[in-house]
This record gives sequence, structure tokens and C-alpha cells, in this order.
Amino acid sequence: MALQSLDIVRRSATTTPSPQAREAHAGEVAKLIDVTKCIGCKACQVACMEWNDLRDEIGSCTGHYDNPADLSEHSWTLMRFSEHETAAGDLEWLIRKDGCMHCADPGCLKACPAPGAIVQYANGIVDFHEENCIGCGYCVTGCPFNVPRISKRDHKAYKCTLCSDRVAVGLEPACVKTCPTGAIVFGTKDDMKQHAAERIEDLKSRGFEHAGLYDPAGVGGTHVMYVLHHADQPQLYANLPAEPKISAMVGLWKGMSKPLALLAIAATAFAGFLHYIGIGPNEVDEDDEAAARREMEETR
Amino acid sequence: MTNHWVDIKNADLVLIMGGNAAEAHPCGFKWVTEAKAHNKAKLIVVDPRFTRSASVADVYAPIRPGTDIVFLGGLIAYLLANDKIQREYVVNYTDLSFIVKDAFTFEQGLYSGYNADKRSYDKSSWDYELGDDGYVRTDPTLADPRCVYSLLKQHYARYTPDMVERVCGTPKDKVLHIWELIASTAVPTRAMTIMYALGWTQHSIGSQMIRTGAMVQLLLGNIGIAGGGMNALRGHSNIQGLTDLGLMSNLLPGYMTLPNEAEQDYDKYIAARAQKPLRPNQLSYWQNYGKFFVSFMKAWWGDAATAENHWGYDYLPKLDKPYDMLQTFELMSQGKVNGYICQGFNPLAAAPNKAKMDASLAKLKFLVIMDPLATETSEFWRNAGVHNDVDPAKIQTEVFRLPTTCFAEEDGSLTNSSRWLQWHWKGANPPGEARSDLEIMAGLFTRLRKAYREEGGAFPDPILNLAWKYAHADSPAPEELAREYSGSALKDLADPKDSTKVVRKAGEQLAGFAELRDDGSTSSGCWIFCGAWGPTGNLMARRDSSDPTGIGQTINWAWSWPANRRVLYNRASCDPSGKPFNPERKLVGWNGSAWGGADIPDFKADENPAGGMGPFIMNPEGVARFFARGAMAEGPFPEHYEPFETPLGRNLLNPDQPQAISNPAARVFKDDREAFGKAEQFPHVATTYRLTEHFHYWTKHVRLNAILQPEQFVEIGEALAKEVGVENGGRVKVSSNRGHIVAVAMVTKRIKALTIDGRTVHTVGIPIHWGFTGVAKAGFLANSLTPVVGDGNSQTPEFKSFLVKVEKA
Repeated sequence: MALQSLDIVRRSATTTPSPQAREAHAGEVAKLIDVTKCIGCKACQVACMEWNDLRDEIGSCTGHYDNPADLSEHSWTLMRFSEHETAAGDLEWLIRKDGCMHCADPGCLKACPAPGAIVQYANGIVDFHEENCIGCGYCVTGCPFNVPRISKRDHKAYKCTLCSDRVAVGLEPACVKTCPTGAIVFGTKDDMKQHAAERIEDLKSRGFEHAGLYDPAGVGGTHVMYVLHHADQPQLYANLPAEPKISAMVGLWKGMSKPLALLAIAATAFAGFLHYIGIGPNEVDEDDEAAARREMEETR
Repeated sequence: MTNHWVDIKNADLVLIMGGNAAEAHPCGFKWVTEAKAHNKAKLIVVDPRFTRSASVADVYAPIRPGTDIVFLGGLIAYLLANDKIQREYVVNYTDLSFIVKDAFTFEQGLYSGYNADKRSYDKSSWDYELGDDGYVRTDPTLADPRCVYSLLKQHYARYTPDMVERVCGTPKDKVLHIWELIASTAVPTRAMTIMYALGWTQHSIGSQMIRTGAMVQLLLGNIGIAGGGMNALRGHSNIQGLTDLGLMSNLLPGYMTLPNEAEQDYDKYIAARAQKPLRPNQLSYWQNYGKFFVSFMKAWWGDAATAENHWGYDYLPKLDKPYDMLQTFELMSQGKVNGYICQGFNPLAAAPNKAKMDASLAKLKFLVIMDPLATETSEFWRNAGVHNDVDPAKIQTEVFRLPTTCFAEEDGSLTNSSRWLQWHWKGANPPGEARSDLEIMAGLFTRLRKAYREEGGAFPDPILNLAWKYAHADSPAPEELAREYSGSALKDLADPKDSTKVVRKAGEQLAGFAELRDDGSTSSGCWIFCGAWGPTGNLMARRDSSDPTGIGQTINWAWSWPANRRVLYNRASCDPSGKPFNPERKLVGWNGSAWGGADIPDFKADENPAGGMGPFIMNPEGVARFFARGAMAEGPFPEHYEPFETPLGRNLLNPDQPQAISNPAARVFKDDREAFGKAEQFPHVATTYRLTEHFHYWTKHVRLNAILQPEQFVEIGEALAKEVGVENGGRVKVSSNRGHIVAVAMVTKRIKALTIDGRTVHTVGIPIHWGFTGVAKAGFLANSLTPVVGDGNSQTPEFKSFLVKVEKA
């Protein structure tokens, strides 16, 4: 939430054009999460809580290492642990850091009906401006990765900001800075793809023939990418979608239903106008006035 | 560590066994990641559980808790049988060619000299054969049937791959695959590092497990080289410093030892430790013991330590027996201890058999707690429901709680696993009335001294004469202590080669332990730290990360003991002529007139290699030992003994000798033996451990950590869960013969049932971090379950293998 409005390239539910003068000259940014280097230490979760001043509830053990058990308005990132047995009978413990993927084509932003509640910056970061959020939950429906969470307390949507406030002043996200094994790295998207290519080569040399980069085209690519041992089976990693797409509901909203809805709103306004022209304004007579006053006094 | 954290990046192969580095040392583990990413290293993990380390390993194999010597002993046999040893290294740098006394024998799990009543050995036959010249007889051809090589081969011939599978439960194909990988490092161009921790130390045969690992490394020529070594990952940020400074009950600073009761004579005490060389032209560095010892005594007693009173030798206690933790709590349980000071120690949680601890603490008249946190021990008297079901009315112990600073609230040095003394500066002032441990101990001392001074007492001299030259007697500064343990000249020191020259003026800090003298002219509180605060200042505060050779030797970063040396035994990285075995990763080398390189040579700096001086200069042999002589309690070669609570009831290696089922030389107290359980009643093998999300029993007081791992759980395999009828996330009761815990069941594929000697054995994983104080959900102390028996040498409790029964709660 700390980048300048000049860096914003897209805003939710807004038709006026965004400023165009400034560009992200260094290129778009990306966070690369190398799942094959991750040891699930959760230091990233702590860094996220500390940097963003978030404290979730002290929960309970549900029979998994995933704690807290799910993303929430207080937990913007979370390690998800999956046990997988290979065809050869070997066990793999796949640990994926879950959180916002910062899609190039963000379903949340597209779905959002609140003007300026969701923005996309020139560097690719997708950010929520909670002060504009109306708590409708359309972003949840719009997200192919099931990431945004609505707070029960303030009815606003929350998710990872990719530390837009840090990135704006030339720092890496807090989770990147803290990661002890270098499993999370940050830089331009091009550099991250290059780094991923080296990692994938190493993995292939270790027998992971389907090692690869997760940067799904269905959402225009993402600004959070994964290196996976089994890029052919992303669903092994706590149901990471193989082909994420923006929900058909958002397509409907943006395609057919939004103009229809707008039409309906316009029709209502037009009907009101006709009413005014034909019958005249609705006026309050003295009986109505007296009845209202009585009611008010009774309730005192 | 023989090596250091950064050096792990030089490894070609990493073996994590008896530890879980990714889980317990995530920051240090980055160097394993580095070795994999940039050195094409492979990672092997052998562990009863598929751990976080295993999750990033190239090869994982399961093993039954407590059977590591069988796995590694089998490996030794495999390396010898297939000649996968670095011959030039082992022939020249180890005792393989040494001849052993004829009287030394090994039969059915027992070595010569065993006394079953005393549960100890007469070790006189456990030694080398000496020749007429007084030196050990050797056979460099290794053909002599009594040479160490022959005896070693014979000893481990029983440790076949089939036996490994039968005892450890590790599938034979996995075993052979791992052995083959490890054997690939027998060549000089490949290095393997071994990383271990409490998974090896916390067994009744823990020290011998570590020795077996070290023997494997010696056979492969992996000790003293970059990317090699035996690397103990220490569990606290400064636990290395604790042992270095001699905070074990039998130690003095710098691994000097307290005299025992029979050693009333000062000269004999020194002579027994300043050992003469066992082979020609060997350095036998402990010959300098007297210099280290006298300098130490001068640091403690100053002017009161004189040649006439043998530097205050009578001030030192002479031990009638070891007073380790288990011994002390045994005495406490017998009502023989009145008062106890717990300084940064939470024994109710950290010591085995909580029920015994509860009863023992209740027998104290007073208990003093020095801790930044409200520990369970400080509230042992409080009824905390099922988690601490005691009756406060029946406990009369008076408890004093003294809040201390934590490490981030004080200046000082921490010694990490790499042996680096790193100075740090406080990040915040302590809250409330908290005082540093230094202030509290100083306050205690000055009051004790005053009481002795005014009221007298039995032998007050050691207290009254203690040197206490701090600017503020009630609050010595960390800098003052650091200068003291490093050491200084007490008089002008003349150059030994030219008496007209003064090398150090009186009062000047010393540059290193080579300057120490045994005539009372030098002072050093801990000889291995000598030079840490040298003539040029505090070297521990250095933060220069330059690495000119690129092999991770940042020798101007902080200060490493001994002598700022980063890799111990680095002389062994060169062949006998002084050329590096692997020029790509040169640590040191001989240039024709001196030794030098990327590290401080662990050798006499100007010793011509032609003289044949061995690289293991602390041993009087000059070489490393496969044959431990009398150094270990249970025998010169590591032998497998079952955990004291064994699921088998017998030792498959020595099936016909009931005295050799479990460690025959481990000390077991009567009440503790009676509290052992049997497999018939407690059929499951339990092992306790730590999780990344928590640090011991501290971080359950911290909300962030409690969020990450809020509630106590135990890990069981799917087969056992089915057997006891519990679903993942349900609750189980885990009982041993000493107590029980109830926790969430985490049912996992990461723990598999093992087939041991034809039958199914289940492993139960018990993380330790919960208790009845803190902000995480209250839980049972895991040590409600554990048995009281220690390693035969170190008395480290057997927390890693004991018997329990799992039931649905």
C-alpha cells in the first residue's frame, strides 16, 4: 500500500485511465520460491507477521505441520506440507509456501466492484487498498489460487502485498530477506526465470526429469513463481492448480452480466425519471409527518 | 565441529545422521544448500523419521533408533573389504599399523577386563605393545594379526549387510547404495562431511556412535580436509562455549580435567596429563599441560597461587565420583541435597523421568532459579492439572526466582558450533529488575566471601583468595572477563631464545597459548581461548568477511579457537611430503621452510615433513586412533549395544551374552533400573526431538512461535495408527513405565514400521517443546516418559530410544 499512485497501472472498477508517464524501467519484479530448496522452517511466516505487524490466533494442532491451519487476514503466507509417495515407493515431503501469486492478469482485480480497492503496479505487484474495500468477497471468487481472506472483524479483504512498501524503497520482501536456505529469491522477472533455469538443470541432473518453473499462462504469468520437482503435477503441492484460470463467474461479470447489470441500473433510474415526469416527485404530507413523529417518541 | 559451518559448502557428499540439521539448524543448513547448488554435492539422510532434512536429501534411509553403530560398523567392514580406504592417509596418519597387546581380547560383546559387579573394566590390556625403545611397535604392511587394522577388520566382520538390515531395519538395497556413495569419497579429490547432533549424543552408547562416524571419516581420509570432518551441531548458541570453559562437573576450562580423589599429588596430576610421545619425533602437545594449568590457576587465584603451594592445587576439589546431572538428581532424590541453584536450566523439563524430578525437587530446602523466563522448574510446586499433578501443600521447598537478562540484553561473546568466539552487543536493556548472570553471581560471591571473612569456616582459603580484580566487584564487565580468559603477562616475559629481549611486558595481553609459561609469569583463564583478546585488542569483534581463496576461510571474521584455526587437524589435508592431497581445496601446505595457506596450520609451523611428525598433535602417538586405548568406558572399538529399553530383549550381535545386551559399562542407579520397562508391556520404540518452530522450552513463551506450532503432538505411522484405532488429528495416550502424556496424533507416512529380526517394530516420534508455562497450549513435559540412564562416558541421557505404549485417548 505504499507505492505512489503514479506507479499504478490498473485499478479495480475504474474506467478513468491510470497515469502512464512512469514505467518500471528495471522491469517487472518476481519472487521465485524454490520448493526443492525449502525446508519448511516457517521463518518466512514469522518475517511476514513481524514486518506487517500481524498476529494470528494461537490455534491448535490438526494433525499437520501447517500452522496456522489456513491463510487469514493475519496470515498472508503459510507453508503447506504434502506427503507424496513416488511410483518407486520413495517418500517426498513437498513443502510449498502458499500466498498471493501476483498474477499478471489478476482475477481479484477484475472481479472487484469497489473502485480502487485492488490495484496493480507497474512492477507487477497486485495490492489491496483496504480503505476502499467493501467486503463483498468477489476477489475471493475471482482468485484462481484461493488466496484472499475476508476479515470477520472489519469485513475487508487481505492478502500478501509482496511487501510493496519494501519493494518501493528498493528492498526485497521480508520473507525473501529471512529465508535461511535461499529458497526464496527476488529480482526482475527475467532474472528470476534465469535463476530458475539453473535450478531446473541441477534438479534434472538429480533425476527429477519433470522439474520445471511454475509461471502459469492462464493468468498471464505470475510475479510469484515456483521451481517444482514435478512441474508436470503441480497438484501434488497442496493442490496447486495445474491450469489456473479466472473463474467463469468473473468472465460473466465482466462480459455479459456487468453491462446487463449496468443496463438494469440505468433502467431503474430511467423508471424513476419517468415517475417524476409523469406523476411528480414523491412528497411527504402532514399525516405522514405526524405518524413518523409518534413512532419516534414511542421508541424513545 | 572439526571444521566450520561455511566449510560445508566444500563437501561433495553430506551425511546427516544422528541429527536433523534442516530442522534444528536452519541457518547453518544454508551451507548444505550451497554445497548442493554450487558443488554438485549429494545429501544423504539416515534417520528413524523422514525429517525436514530428508525432504531435501538425495537419498534417505530409515533406521531403528539406537542402532547407528551397526549401520556404521557395517560400513567400516564394507570399506575394508572393498579396499575403499585412503591408504596413504590411514597408513601414515592413523594407528592402523600399531600393534596391540596380546592380552587384549573381545568375546561375545565383552572386552578383556570386565567386572560385572562394578559394571566397569580394568583397561590395562587395552593398549599398544611397546618396543624396547619405549615406542609403540608398528607394522606398516598392516599384515600383523595383532595390528589395529587386523583387529578392526576382525571386529566388524560380524557387521554384515544382512545383520544391518536385521538390527537396524534399513532395507539392504538402501544400505548398500548409501555405502557405495560414501565409499566414493575415499579418493583424495572427494570430501564427505558428517553432521550430527543429539541424535547421536543422547544414547547410552552415544559417544561410541560418534567415534564410529569418526572412524569412517578417518578410513576415507576425510578428517582435516576442506569439506570434511566430524561436525557436531551444537544445540544452544553458546553451548560450545560452555564445554570450552569447563562447565562440566569433571572439567576445568580448556578441556583440562579436575583431579580425582587419588590424585592428591600435584606433580603426579600434571605428569599423568602431560603425556610423553609414543612414537619418535611426535609433538604430543599436551606435554604443555603444566603451562596451561599454572596460567589458569594464576587467573583464578592471582598472587595467592604460588610455586610453593603448587599454584593453589589444594584449592581444587578432588572428585570421588562424577557429579553430572543424573548423579546430582539421584543424590537429590535420596534427600542428600539441600539447596540447588538452577542457572539457565530447566531440569524439570530437561532431565529424564519427570516424576523422579518432581519428587527430588520437593526434597530440597531451597531452590534458586536464575532465568529470564518463568520455567516449569520454578513452578514445580504448582498444581497445573493433568500437566503437573502435584499437591503444593506437601511441598516445603522454598523457591527464589531471580530474573536474569537474556543474551540479547547483554554484551559478550558466544561460541558457535564452528568454535568461533563472536562478540556481540546488547540490542536492548533488560526489563524490570532483571540482572545479568554476572551481577547475580558476583553478588553471591562477594556475600559468601564476606561471610567467610567475618565468620570463618572450614578451609575458607579458596574463597578468600579468589582473584577478583574487577572495577566493580558487584558487577564485572564482560570485557574484563574476556581479557581474563584470554590472558596476559604478569611479569616482563623474556624471549626464550634471547633473554635480553622482552617479548611481552607485564600487563600486556598475550597473543596465544604458545606464550604461556608454567613459572607463574602468565595468566590465562582458558588456554584454548588465549589470544581471543590479544595485544591488538578484541579479535572476537572482527567482522571482515573477505575470503581470499574462495573456500570459505574468512580468518579475519571473529576469532576461532584454537589459535584462530578454522579446520582442526589441517596438516592431514597434505600428503606426508606436505603437498595438499587436493590442490583445488588447499588449506595449508609446506613451502620448503614453513607451513602456511588459507588456514592457520595445525602443526609445528617450521616442522619439516621429512621428520615424520604426525598431524594429530594432541595424541602422544601423533596419529588418530581407531583403537581408543583406555579413553572410552565401554571399549577401544565401538560395539553395538541395545538401548536400555530394547524392543528385542537381546543383542543380535552378541546373542549369547546377557551382560552385553545393553552398554555393560553404563552407570545405572538402582531405582532407575527398576523403572525401566519391558517390550512385552511397552512394545513401541519412542524417540524425542525438537522442531524448527521452537527452541527447547523457551519459545512456548513467545507468541510468534506459539502461532507456528501451538499444540503438543506425537507422530506415528499409518500402520500403528490403524492398530490403535486413531485417526489423524485424534488424541493418543503414550505411556512408559514412568509416566504418560496425552497429545494430538499426527499420523504420517514419514514414520514407517520397521521389520527388525523378523518382527514389526513401530517408532513413535515425540517432540519435546510443550509444558505448563508459557503462551502455547499447555501440554505434558515429554520427559514424563524418558528413562534415567546416560552415555557410558558423558552421562548424556538416553532420550533418543526408549519404550512406550500408544493407545487411543
